[in-house]
Amino acid sequence: MTEAVRAGDGGVLGERGELALHPPASYLEEGFTIRSWLTTRDHKRIAILYALSITLFFFIGGAAATLIRIELATPNGDLVSADTYNKLFTMHGVIMVWFFLIPSIPATLGNFLVPLMIGARDLAFPRLNLASWYIYVAGASFTVAAMILGGVDTGWTFYAPFSTLYSNTHVVWVLAGVFVVGFSSILTGLNFIVTIHTMRAPGLTWFRLPLFVWAQYATSAILVLATPVLAMTLVLVAVERLGGIGIFDPALGGDPLLFQHLFWFYSHPAVYIMVLPAMGVVSEIVACFARNPVFGYRTMAYAIIAIAMLGFLVWGHHMFVSGQSLYAGTVFSLLSFFVALPSAIKVFNWTATLWHGRITYEAPMLYALGFVGLFTIGGMTGLILAVLALDVHLTDTYFVVAHFHYIMVGGAVSAYLGGIHFWWPKITGRLYSDRWARFAAILLFFGFNATFFPQYLLGIAGMPRRYHEYAPEFQTLNVLSSGGAVLLALGYLLPLVYLSWSLVRGARAPANPWDATGLEWRTASPPPKRNFAAVPVVEGPPYAYRPSPAGIVRAREGTA
Amino acid sequence: MSALALPPEASTIAAHVDHLLYAVVGVTAAVTLAIFATIIAFAIRYRAGSAAPRAEDVPAAQARARRRVEAAWTLVPLALFVAAFAWGARVYVERALPPSDATQLFVVAKQWTWKLQHPGGQREIDELHVARGQPVELVMTSEDVIHSFYVPAFRLKQDVLPGRYTQMWFTATETGRFHLFCAEYCGTDHSRMRGDIVVMEPEDFARWLEGHRGASGMAAQGEVLFREYGCSGCHATQPSAQPGANASVHAPSLAGLYGRPVPLADGSVVKADERYLRDSILLPDKEVAAGYEAIMPSFAGRIGEDEILELIVYIESLSDTKGRPQ
Amino acid sequence: MKTAGAQALSTVRTAATRPRTARRPRVAEQFETAVQQRAAATLGMWVFIATETLFFGALFFAYAIARIQAPDDFAQASRHTNLVLGTANTAILLSSSLFMALSVRAAALGTRQAAVGFLVITAALGLSFTGVKLAEYALDYREHLVPLVDFAFDPRHARGALVFFGLYFATTGLHLVHLSIGIALVLGLAWRLLARRPGASAEHVAIAGLYWHFVDIVWIFLYPCLYLVSRA
Repeated sequence: MTEAVRAGDGGVLGERGELALHPPASYLEEGFTIRSWLTTRDHKRIAILYALSITLFFFIGGAAATLIRIELATPNGDLVSADTYNKLFTMHGVIMVWFFLIPSIPATLGNFLVPLMIGARDLAFPRLNLASWYIYVAGASFTVAAMILGGVDTGWTFYAPFSTLYSNTHVVWVLAGVFVVGFSSILTGLNFIVTIHTMRAPGLTWFRLPLFVWAQYATSAILVLATPVLAMTLVLVAVERLGGIGIFDPALGGDPLLFQHLFWFYSHPAVYIMVLPAMGVVSEIVACFARNPVFGYRTMAYAIIAIAMLGFLVWGHHMFVSGQSLYAGTVFSLLSFFVALPSAIKVFNWTATLWHGRITYEAPMLYALGFVGLFTIGGMTGLILAVLALDVHLTDTYFVVAHFHYIMVGGAVSAYLGGIHFWWPKITGRLYSDRWARFAAILLFFGFNATFFPQYLLGIAGMPRRYHEYAPEFQTLNVLSSGGAVLLALGYLLPLVYLSWSLVRGARAPANPWDATGLEWRTASPPPKRNFAAVPVVEGPPYAYRPSPAGIVRAREGTA
Repeated sequence: MSALALPPEASTIAAHVDHLLYAVVGVTAAVTLAIFATIIAFAIRYRAGSAAPRAEDVPAAQARARRRVEAAWTLVPLALFVAAFAWGARVYVERALPPSDATQLFVVAKQWTWKLQHPGGQREIDELHVARGQPVELVMTSEDVIHSFYVPAFRLKQDVLPGRYTQMWFTATETGRFHLFCAEYCGTDHSRMRGDIVVMEPEDFARWLEGHRGASGMAAQGEVLFREYGCSGCHATQPSAQPGANASVHAPSLAGLYGRPVPLADGSVVKADERYLRDSILLPDKEVAAGYEAIMPSFAGRIGEDEILELIVYIESLSDTKGRPQ
Repeated sequence: MKTAGAQALSTVRTAATRPRTARRPRVAEQFETAVQQRAAATLGMWVFIATETLFFGALFFAYAIARIQAPDDFAQASRHTNLVLGTANTAILLSSSLFMALSVRAAALGTRQAAVGFLVITAALGLSFTGVKLAEYALDYREHLVPLVDFAFDPRHARGALVFFGLYFATTGLHLVHLSIGIALVLGLAWRLLARRPGASAEHVAIAGLYWHFVDIVWIFLYPCLYLVSRA
């Protein structure tokens, strides 16, 4: 391994480059009681607490999706009532966005890896980190309460005046849940920003950081700046709903478009909260399995920052037919094209990372390549939606549903799973069955396309979204989509099986099973509580995968 | 369904939208396939164990070529983006500005029905009859929540908001029955808030209008309401500026008002369009005309959206020009 | 082995150079050095202030839109706010910021007792603000200006006035919550400084100062928006 790292401060480099004096017990072995987990300040344990919580919510949201797809296999509303259907898609959206996707990579992989990747012993504010998790749980409780009380039917977008005056469901409970969980996001973001600024190891300058860290940093900036606006917007909805104070409802003198502007000002940047960390994960994985530094590292870092900044300027593209002015529409459309450019450059750079590489196809790489493919399709359809005249026909139809599922599910969830598979040995100290994992990744890719590609055609054909019943000519494509969902569900359930199996029966993982660069691989798998025996000192750029002079090929398995 | 699952083209704008769609989909699909082909080619050529040249075998003099490639894949997409934006914006604006000879029709949405009214007084529920080739401008409002008037075959959609008017215009080019969908989630029966646009040949449409004529046209109904609600007590409707019955009340004359600029008490000038008329009835203190007192009572809560539209059509009839926002 | 003389010398040297504010701060285990800990704490407060700016910013935005839509209602409603109490509170809060700044300076100079004294005055002024504000709320209640609780206003302007007072109570209430947290922070810091406890240093005072000044700045924007709409 040619990465320039030396042990600082009295430590020694082990045979495989690990920094360890005497290998201490792993963080998993520091206390076995539930109490030791619930009162931990260790970022690694907090990451696992989050992982368990969001997995639970992923499957609750997934259950709602399953019922939706079963209902949509026939044009009539024969499985559930209209009200129940409306509650199902609302809860699916609320849970998947706020209780799964937004925390997913940042709160699990980010929490676990950011300190390790920068050579720190923990985040800047460990108690705040634990508090973030408890706040997440509190917010989740409000939402679960709303579900138990009968659910909410406003759609995850809570458009006024339906949400403020007309819905008869427990809207305020869900508003409270999302409001509370927003603070969890904000505090996580604050923690990451401070950590990355102030706790990098000696020699680890900004342009030596792994792209995963850049991605977490940009995501944290969005978390910290956008989430407060959502919080206040939800408060205003509750104020209007409970007090009849006319902020959004025209009947009370309010402005319904004001709600949409405030809501989308947060919710557009929110989608970059969901996708930037995924891009960070993909960079790490592609570099490792292509054995190549990421092509155009600085460009990739600048692109991440550009996406985060431009993402704040395009919210009006959700409102092209809302009644906002033509002038506003044209400005937002142009800016939406600009924000697509850095994303496109990232796709080109990932492709170029494969060039002259030495590529192997373990499961993480399959997930990462799946991300690149599905994100490209999703991004292209985003461009189609940015075209004003086309959006008039396609907005509020299944075309939009397909577009955001390609990015969120095909993209972000694939990357999340890829990251889980890539860092699983580091986090748990175990190896899983790569054969089953590859099968799951391929099944997911095909199941995903089978489920969501027909939805693009449904949108073009004119099927609106949030429809419990639909015109009969849309049935064929809906059946295809529901059929694909079966494969998709299997693709999601499989990892639960073989990953759990690995915890019990998996082989013990070495410190660096993938022969990857990055400081996190220089410590044991799983790491000790304080991460490193000695603080590393970084002396060179990241992704030092360029093999040593010609002739020497480093074998992946069995290297001593 | 035709290519790409598109519904039939049934409006003048539909063809423009479809050309744009084919172009953008074509280019994005081509680029996507090119990217995928490249990835697959690299994935095969550079797989571990193959004999292809690797990074360490390749001279560093490629740096300049690399930069040129990066510049190309930045600037070419940017140029394509700007082109797509411009074309889309042009069609978007074209779709928004109705021709001056468009017939005004009125739509009131409420959970979960579409109520439509022709100027001649014909009322329809969940169905709209129009003539082929005749431009139509829909003036729309909602009685409750936000809805959206969507006709896939026309490639047109416009949100319908409570408390204000939104407009959408089209010229149908094919006869037949075309889906009308509500496209903004509005509650329990959102997915049942559907209907049809029925496009007929002009002669058939004229006969249909005759056959469904109500007791009177919208303007005539509006005139009745104008008296019933007491508007005629204060507002003159004749150009000879005869004061209303209540001569002591100083109120603006409505003759020739529609479409004209109105100076307001605070110094600004607004156009007397549908929005202005509606707000004057419901929120009379909001925009007081210059030279007048804010003494008009509000009719909010006493008058329905349908009646407001009939009054507006009546007031429009008091103008000899049918000025349209350009 | 040190001789007694050498020992005395070293004690003198150490005492002269150690800041009199507190003992060397304890470095939490995630940090490598005290410098790093300080940098993290300061940056943390700035980032927190950024999020708070966006919180209040969203409310100010809603206020701006509502006011543009009903300028007369807002003007009328603003005339019913208590200008005397509001202005008095502004003076109180600005003064408290002065004393906070003095405390930060005193702590940096190592004059611990002065720092504690200024902190106490700051907190006292903060408590005065709170008292005046609560009295003002009581008066507002008596004048039927509290939305949801017996609200009554000139019907011509009632709709916009309801929005105005809704925003008035929301923003001043949120501000009061932040101020209360600030008072608790300041008092806690004063006590720890006095008792020479760890966790109280010049840096802590500076960071508390950042928070206090932020709360003050929010009020500086709230005051004209709420009290001065049509009183020029």
